[in-house]
Order: sequence, then C-alpha cells, then structure tokens
Amino acid sequence: MTDPMPNTPLNALQDPEITQPARSQWRDVWDQFKHHKGALLGGGFLIFVTLAVLFGDMIWQIDPKKLDIRNKDVRPIYTAIWNSDAKVSWGNPLGTDNLGRDQLAQVIAGGRASMAVGWAAMILTMLIGTTIGVLAGFFKRLDGPLMRFTDLVLSLPILPLLLVAVTLFRQPLRANFGPEMGMFILIVGVIGVTSWMQAARIVRGDILALKEREFVLAARAAGTTSRGIIFRHLLPNVLSPLMVSATLGLATAIITESALSFLGVGFPSDFPTWGKMLADAVPRMQEYPERVMLPGLMISLTVLSVNYLGDGLRDALDPRIRGR
Amino acid sequence: MKMKSTLLGAAVAFALAPAAMAERGSDGHVGVIYWQAPSILSPYLSGGTKDIEASSLVIEPLGRFDENGNMVPFLAREIPTIENGGVAEDLTSITWKLKEGLVWSDGTPFTSADVKFTADYCMHPEGGCAQLSKFEGVESIETPDDLTVVINFKRPQPYPYSAFMGAQSPIIQKAQYENCMGAKAQECTDANFGPIGTGPFMVEEFKPNDVIQYVANPNYRDPAKPAFATLTLKGGGDATGAGRAVMETGEYDIAWNLQLAPDVLAKMEEGGMGKAESAFGTLVERIEMNMTDPSPDLPEGERATVAHPHPILSDIRVRKALSMAIDRELLTEIGYGQAGTPTCNLVPAPEIYASDNTDCLVQDIDGANALLDEAGWTMGSDGVRTKDGMRLSLLYQTSTNAVRQDFQALIKQWWEEIGVETELRNVNASVFFGGDPGSPDTFQKFYADVEMYANNFDGADPQPYLAQYRCGNEPKPSSQWAGENINRFCDPAYDAMIDELAATGELEARAALAKKMNDMLTKDTYTIVPLVNRGRVTGVSNTLGGFKHSTWDSLLWNAADWYRTE
Amino acid sequence: MLTYTIRRLVLSVPTLLFIALIIFLLLQLAPGDPMAQVPLTVPPEVKQKMREALGLGQPIHVQFWKWLVQMFWIEPQVFIDWLTNKSALFGWLPDTNLYTACGPTVEGPCDLRVISWQTRSPVMDIVVQRLPQTLWVVGMAYVVGILIAIPIGIYSAYRQYSVFDQAGTFITMIGFSIPPFFTGPLLIVIFSVQLGWFPFIYDTTHVVDDWDSFVFQLQQMLMPVMVLALQTTAQISRFMRASMLDNLNQDYVRTARAKGLSEAIVVMIHVLRNSMIPVVTVIALGVPAIFGGAIITEVVFSVNGIGQLLITALFANDLPMVLTITFMFAVLIVLFNLIADILYGLLDPRIRYD
Repeated sequence: MTDPMPNTPLNALQDPEITQPARSQWRDVWDQFKHHKGALLGGGFLIFVTLAVLFGDMIWQIDPKKLDIRNKDVRPIYTAIWNSDAKVSWGNPLGTDNLGRDQLAQVIAGGRASMAVGWAAMILTMLIGTTIGVLAGFFKRLDGPLMRFTDLVLSLPILPLLLVAVTLFRQPLRANFGPEMGMFILIVGVIGVTSWMQAARIVRGDILALKEREFVLAARAAGTTSRGIIFRHLLPNVLSPLMVSATLGLATAIITESALSFLGVGFPSDFPTWGKMLADAVPRMQEYPERVMLPGLMISLTVLSVNYLGDGLRDALDPRIRGR
Repeated sequence: MKMKSTLLGAAVAFALAPAAMAERGSDGHVGVIYWQAPSILSPYLSGGTKDIEASSLVIEPLGRFDENGNMVPFLAREIPTIENGGVAEDLTSITWKLKEGLVWSDGTPFTSADVKFTADYCMHPEGGCAQLSKFEGVESIETPDDLTVVINFKRPQPYPYSAFMGAQSPIIQKAQYENCMGAKAQECTDANFGPIGTGPFMVEEFKPNDVIQYVANPNYRDPAKPAFATLTLKGGGDATGAGRAVMETGEYDIAWNLQLAPDVLAKMEEGGMGKAESAFGTLVERIEMNMTDPSPDLPEGERATVAHPHPILSDIRVRKALSMAIDRELLTEIGYGQAGTPTCNLVPAPEIYASDNTDCLVQDIDGANALLDEAGWTMGSDGVRTKDGMRLSLLYQTSTNAVRQDFQALIKQWWEEIGVETELRNVNASVFFGGDPGSPDTFQKFYADVEMYANNFDGADPQPYLAQYRCGNEPKPSSQWAGENINRFCDPAYDAMIDELAATGELEARAALAKKMNDMLTKDTYTIVPLVNRGRVTGVSNTLGGFKHSTWDSLLWNAADWYRTE
Repeated sequence: MLTYTIRRLVLSVPTLLFIALIIFLLLQLAPGDPMAQVPLTVPPEVKQKMREALGLGQPIHVQFWKWLVQMFWIEPQVFIDWLTNKSALFGWLPDTNLYTACGPTVEGPCDLRVISWQTRSPVMDIVVQRLPQTLWVVGMAYVVGILIAIPIGIYSAYRQYSVFDQAGTFITMIGFSIPPFFTGPLLIVIFSVQLGWFPFIYDTTHVVDDWDSFVFQLQQMLMPVMVLALQTTAQISRFMRASMLDNLNQDYVRTARAKGLSEAIVVMIHVLRNSMIPVVTVIALGVPAIFGGAIITEVVFSVNGIGQLLITALFANDLPMVLTITFMFAVLIVLFNLIADILYGLLDPRIRYD
C-alpha cells in the first residue's frame, strides 16, 4: 500500500497571493499581435481594401465598363499640380484609360475580382498542398505514390491543360453559374490545381524531419493518435514556411489570373482585374505612368500587407517568441 | 581656311562615294526583326507569313508585285500578257521567258527545268505542299528550251498569274531538291534550312525559331547589289519590343507587322530613330454573322449547321441594325490610326475591284433602333429588346489580341444602346484559327452568334476569295468542320455569279461582277459586316534607303535595292 | 540511403513512362491544330493534305509508340555517335555509326528522329541550340538569385525587424508581386531607351572569344538576369528567413551558445543546416524550371531560350516538340526531387527512408 496522494498541494508550493484569472491563449496571442506594428498596419490595410472593393461601388457609382471616348486618356487629378495643361477632371479623379473607362471604378471592380481570385486560389492551393504534403510526409506508404503524382502534375504543360479544362468545363460551368461566376470557378480551380506542388513538397520535407523529433516521439508514446499528432504537433511547426508560401501564392494567383486572360482563358475582356489593368497599361507606361502604378501598387501593397500580417501572426502564435 | 574646306570637300566626296557608285556589300550590315520567328525556309512546307518572307530573301519567283500591286518581272524577262503574246488568246496557256545568264548562288545555271521541277515538287500528291492552290488548274508544264516555260491549264484561266508569281511560289533548285519529292520533303532538313536561290542573299546560319544570318549572294544578277554584305533576321519577342528596337534604340532597321495601338506607335516614333510606315492591301477586319443557330441546346452535330437557321440573325433587319450601330471611324482611330481605313467592302482593293459602297460609314443609332422596332423587337425594362419571349442577346467571339478586345468593348457598348445584350468571349488564336474539329472554339465551328477576325486574299485577284461563299462550302460535321463559307451564306444567284466570274476573262467585266458579289455579301445582306481595311505597319529606320513597302508580296521583296543613307 | 537511391532511380523509369503517356494524352485531348498559323488564304483541302504529310492521320497508339521508339532508341544512338565522333570528352573512343540518318540520298532502311512539325528538323538539335542562352541567362539568374537570397534571408532573420530586415522584406515583396511583363519593359525603357547603355534584343549568335565580346555578353545578359533574379531572390530569401526564424529560438541553439560556441558557428552551422530543408525543396523545384525557361522574360528580351521554344511550339501545336521538351522537363523534375530527398537525409540524419 502506498500513501494516498495528498489532495492539497504543499503549502510551500502555494502562491502567497491570489492568482490573476487565467488568461486565455488567444488573449496572449492578441497581446503579442498588437505589438507588431507591421501586422497591424497590414491588417488595417487589408480590411480597408476589402471594404473598399466590396462596397466602393456604392460610393463611387460610375460603371467601370462604361466607355467614354471623348474623355479618354484623362490624367489623374494630382497631375494638375505640376502640369496645368494636363487633361484632368474631377469626374475621373484617377483618370481614364485609352477607351475612357474610369480608373477609380476599374480599380474598385478589378480589386473585387483580383482579391476574390487571389484569396480563393491561394486557400485552395494551400489546402491541397498541405493535405498532400502532410499525408506524404507522415504516412510512409503514401509518400511514394503522392510524390510521384506531384512530379506528374509538375511536369504537365500548363497551356494544353488550360485549353483542355476550358473545352471540358466552360460550357457546363457557364450554364450552371453564369458566364462570370463560371469563369471564376474555372480560374480558381485551374490556379489551385496547378500551383499546390511547391507547398506540398515543402510541407512534406519539413514533416519528414519533424516526425523524427523527440516531441513527436513523446506524443506517440503518450498514445496520441496520428490525427492528433498531425494537428497538434506537426502542423503548427510547418506554419512559417506555409505562411511564406501563402503570401507568395496570393501574389502569384493575382498575376496568373491576368496571364490566363491573355491566353484567352480568363474573364471576358471587358471585365477589369488588377492584373489585366497592369498588363494593358505596360505599353503606355512612359506617357501614363499612373496607369501601371495604380494596379501595381494595389497588388504590391496587398501582398505586402498579407506578408506583414503573416509575420505578426506567426510571431504571436509561437509561444517561444511570445512575451519577449 | 582654304585648306580646311578642300579637306572637307574631299571628305564629303569620299563619304558620298559609296552611294554614288554602289558596290556589292559596301554598306555593311542590316538588321530585320520579326516578332514571330521563322521556323523553316520553305514556303512550300509552311504557309506561315514569317517563313515565306524569310525565304523570299533567298529564293525568288518569276515576277513579284511592287508596292502598288503591279507585276514586276524578276527572273522573267517580262510579264506575259495577251498583248505581248505571252498569254494565249483562249486563256489556256501562259509562256514565260526567263532572263538570260541567270545563275544560282552556287554558280550553276538557272534553267526552265528548275521552274518545271518546282511545280512538280509542289504538285506531288504526298508532299503536303502549302501552296498547292497556286498550281490549281495546271494541266502540264512544258520547257521547249532552257529559257522558256509554258504552263497549260485545264480550263481557260482568266487570271493565269498564280503560279510562280509573288512570294508564295518562288523557284527552288532542282539539283538541291531532286530527292526531296513527296514524303521525302519532310526529311530534307538541310535543303529546307538552307535553300540555294537566285536572290540577293544566301543563308549563312539558320537557327530555327530564332535567328537567320544571311550574306550577300556573290552570284546575284546585278553586280552592284545588294548594298549590304550581311543581313540578320532576328525572330521572337513581341511587337512592342520590335518597334522599340527600330524606332527608339536603333538596334534594328526594319520591324515587321507592328500591330500596336496608334498612340503607342506615335510615342515610339518620338524616339527619333525610325518611322512607322503603313501600306494597305486587302486585309479586312470584319464581323461575321452566323446564319445558323449555334445554341448549345441543340444536339452536337446539328449545332451551327444549315439545318437550323439562326433565330435572331436570320432577319436581315437585325443584321443591318447591328451594322448601323457601329462607328467605324472611331474604331479605326482607336485601334489602327494611320494603319487603317474604315470600309464597308469585303474586297477593298485593288482599285478596279473595290465597290463604291460607303453607306455603312455613318453611325446611325436612331436608325438602328427604328429598324429593330420595325422588326418586332421591343425594348424591355432592363434595356434589352425582346420578341416572343426571346431576348436579343448575342455571343460575340474573337481571338485574343489587345486591339480586338478594345473593339469588342466598343461595339458591345453601341449594341447595348440599341438594346442588344452582348456577351464577349476571346479565344486563344492558336485554337481559334486552328481547325481542330474537337474544339468548340474554332472560327469555323462558329459556336457563337457573331465573330470578328481579319482575312485577305493573295495577289491581286479576288476570284477564289469570293468563291468561298458558295452554298455547301460551309464548315459542317460531315466535312470535319472544314470549309470556307464561315457564315453559312447560301444564295443560288450568288453561286451563279461565281461560275460566271470563273468564265469571264475581260478585266472590266470581271471587276463589275466582283463588285456586285461584294455588295451582295455586304450591303445587300449584311452577312459580312466589314469594319476596317487594315494596313500593314512596318517600322523602318531613318538610315535605311530604298525600302519599298509592298503588301502584295513579301515585305522584303526588294531587299536587293536597300542601302544605307548615312 | 544508397539502396533507397537505387530503388528510386529504378522506379523513376515506369514513372516517367507514365508521365510521358499522360502528357501525350493531354496534348491529344487539347484543342489545337498545327495548321493554326497557316494563313486563312490557304484552302482547307490543302491544309488537310499538309496534316496528312505530318502523319496526323495515324491512330493515337501508333503515334505514341513511334515517339517512344524515336526518343528512347534512336535519339540515344544519335547521342552516342556524337559522343564518339565529335565530342572532346569521348572522341578518343572508336567512332560508332549506330544511327543512319534519313535524307534525300539515303536508300534502304533509315532511322527517323523526333521531328518537329514546325521546322521539319530534329527536335533535339534545336533544344541543344537553345541551351547556351538558356543557361547563360536563366541559369545565371537563378545562381545569382540564390547567392543574393541566402545571405539576405540569414541576416534578416538574425536581425529580425532591423532596418535591414524591413527594407529587405519591403523590396523582396514588391519585387515578387510585380510581374516580369512590367519589370522587363521598365528596365528596357530606362537602360536601353533613355540611357542607351545596354542592347535589349539578345543576340543569340554572339560568340564570346575575347574580352570585348565578353563585356558585350555581360551587357546583353544584364537586364534579363536582373528581372529573373529579382523573382528568385524574393522567393528564396523569404523561405530562408522564415525557416531561420523558426530555428533561432530552438533549445539546441541556446545549448550551443551555452557551450561557448562562437555566434558565427552557431548561426552559420547549427541553425543554417537545420533551416535548409524548405529552402532545399524550393531550390530543387526551381532547377528544372531553369530548363523550362522563363517564358515572359525570354519574350520581352527576345532571348529565344527553351521557354520561347516551348511556347511557340505550343501555339503552333507542334506536338512532337512539346512532348519532347515537356518530357525532358519531367526527367529533370523527377531527378531533382530525388536529389532534394537525398539532401534531406544528409541535412538531417534522423530522416530515414528505408
């Protein structure tokens, strides 16, 4: 017979004063996150842009597709500061393009498409990539087949793949979801299906190393299920390369969308997106630098914000850094 | 002072000397840039413009078309006509007399046997010759002596100049290609990459799809030409880069086919190194109306076939209204500038064939609205017209190309003003212009209500071009969707005129007939709605002299006459 | 590890054959026609004859079998012949004549190589022709990018949130989110048009044989290399930084420091080695892409490397060319992913595959 466990802790171990109510983990995360200026700025900008592209057209009600040839090539209003002869108009504060479409309205409408495609494609990419990477890294039996499958998808030439996808899926998608929504699904699907491989390889590489670490061994010894090990121990540890992948993936998806419409697989040609605005403006970048700057800045700032947000989140979620 | 001016005078005289008494190769190097890179130097194995034009520096036809579309003898002494006895009165044969003393670049004599061989090479049933249609109707070719070629036709040929005229059918050397007939044609890589020719240049190095280095042909017939010792034809890149290299940085002398917006070209010209020159041919950007129903609800195999007339576009009033709503002046200004003229004609040139049809040039939105009202299409509350529960909604497709997408946007806007709902679609050019019967997106299949592209005809005779719109020549499932009557136009009266044109030899009568046929397709039925007669824009360096811009032949047709002006 | 490598190499043969089959079927399924670039003035009957001359009418399995034979039986023969006859390395071996070229003067049986539909010439010859500029420009950009990226990544992580790190983050993220179709023309406008310093039409016929020609080669390479290196640098430095950050706070780093190891050794050996796994993955994935070329940059600067070859072949629906290039691309992918897997084992001996 052993002594019964003492049901009160020793006095010496007791705190002499009343403890503060326990802080939740998420409270800690938020406290840490608050101190990251970049993350706050980035988050703020993202919320602003998201609201602007979602509701901007209620305030700025010009139709982005409306052509007004007499008002083509209007310069942004600020050009008047140094060039009093410039063709400017308060009706088009950011100017118009070569067919007289209002740039501000285009940025708003284009942002909606680009952000939607960018986020949806990035999330899809990360989901596929992480799933395949984790399965391949963790379960030895799946490693071979899944990685060979990754090799296969990496080797497929993208253009024929796109053309096949369009041939097979455009008509049914258009019939079911309408021309623009159908194209959106097709584009997100195509980008997602063709760009998850890097994430998968990265996650798998990290998991291969992590699963041999002591803490995984300990977890396994404690009887944690595979599912538990993956979600509680492995995934948090591959978060930082995943964040980088996701950030870069967002930028790639926004740009790829414009390349797709160049290949004739994208949205209808009169449907503005940031990537398309940028591509259309490049031949005239000497005369109208604002037309490249505007979408270029929007894409860059969005990506930069996501990057800082990711940095802040990662720092906040890492218990080793937290509280430093 | 006197000494100085004497010296200066001497220097000037020295500097002028090369131009005054030109000598072969004295002007050094000239660079030409094509943003599509040549793949092969044989017009017979590739119909691509880039390949035809790159080979035109080396191999030559009997005669070419100059910048005005006139025929100029090259290897022939003169252009045969009925007047000079070269063409038989009954139009069944043509006799070409070759220049004397011509030699190939390897020094061997050029004879009539080479000309006959060229025809045999192309007409071989297994050769897959891209220029076979140039030899259509040829019964036999005789060579009575080394300098005479007689082509006999199966039927009277009112236009006997398709074979051996222009960049598409140059003469190749019999000795080089003798063993390359038929199926072997595909294997003659050395000959296809380095043809021996009579032209001003010879191939020194050919990197397929990249660059070609030429050197002056030492055996060229004019001892003073070409003025350039070497020529580089660089391929690849894009039109913007090509234009920049000629007009802004001066790295190259000629840039081919600058399909750029007029304001972009104008900006490039400010670079001061060169100019954008345009020349007009027969290339017409047009909207084609689908006369058959492309609805996806129809079973595959009946969609877009003559079995189902188009529910909306079968009414000529709708087609006419769609045409009236378009402002062609504005389209031209936005898309092509100096390099385009608004047109209502399918055959805009040569002058004798061009109809005086100008009705469509004035935009008339009110008229178009009135016409649609009259046709029974009533304006709905959402701005789209309806009739018997059917919306006036069209799918408008074209190939992917910046100018075409601008056109689509503009035309969509005008059509919306007359209550027509338009969905735009653009298809990758390699699919759109490809004839893959499995693809729903080819221009032949026409699974859309209207489509836009450009087409032209070779040389100066529109007969084969107008003959495309014969009943039964439409793309259809039974012909694997091959066919040239894209609109599925069918009118027995028109077919009768095709036959009449084929039997008429007298030029005035042919012209009158061609104009009538042109009007029938355009202003009488609005089957084809021409928009712009597109010129070819070429970037030319300010220091290059002697360049003559012909759209009727290869861009490089008179490379022998080029020289450096500085 | 050795048995693992051998097993993977053996397994890669059926994998590659399967990949080849899938690519072939994909290309067959994709809409497209090698006659797409032939002008509309050429009548459809003539186009049909041209297709037949290219062998398009044959059944699919015959076409695939023909390609397999040409690729795996005839092309190696050509390569061996070249090695023993012409190459400097094996020129001393007795000349072999395994391959009999088909040609105008050849009678009797002959071997047909993989022939491009655009050029009617062997695909491999063109690929070999494209290698110099591809390696000079795309390869060099990749090396330059990695060489810049790794130190940036390490230092940014080591001095997290320093001015250097912030500036590095800012520049690399902007650099990555601005596509080459914008940076390329921007550089051209600045350096070629305004300043007139560099040519922007890449001269593929240029031969480097003395100092001046070397300088010219550097001048014409500079802009495309800059555009491409920017993308590589941005990507790899981000991964490097993130991975270093993960490791810098690990317990073993504290242990190493406590042992009295110098800071340089701690960071450059212990931390770096443990941070390399994601970076190695990304680098290994990027190497085959060098061979795949950089399509947009190549087009903007007319470099005409393998990327341009592939895209023109795709637009011209040149099936043998596309299939061959993509297949070679697949070989490199399989190979470099294997190399990455082996490197994981070397970097972290705890990773076992057997």
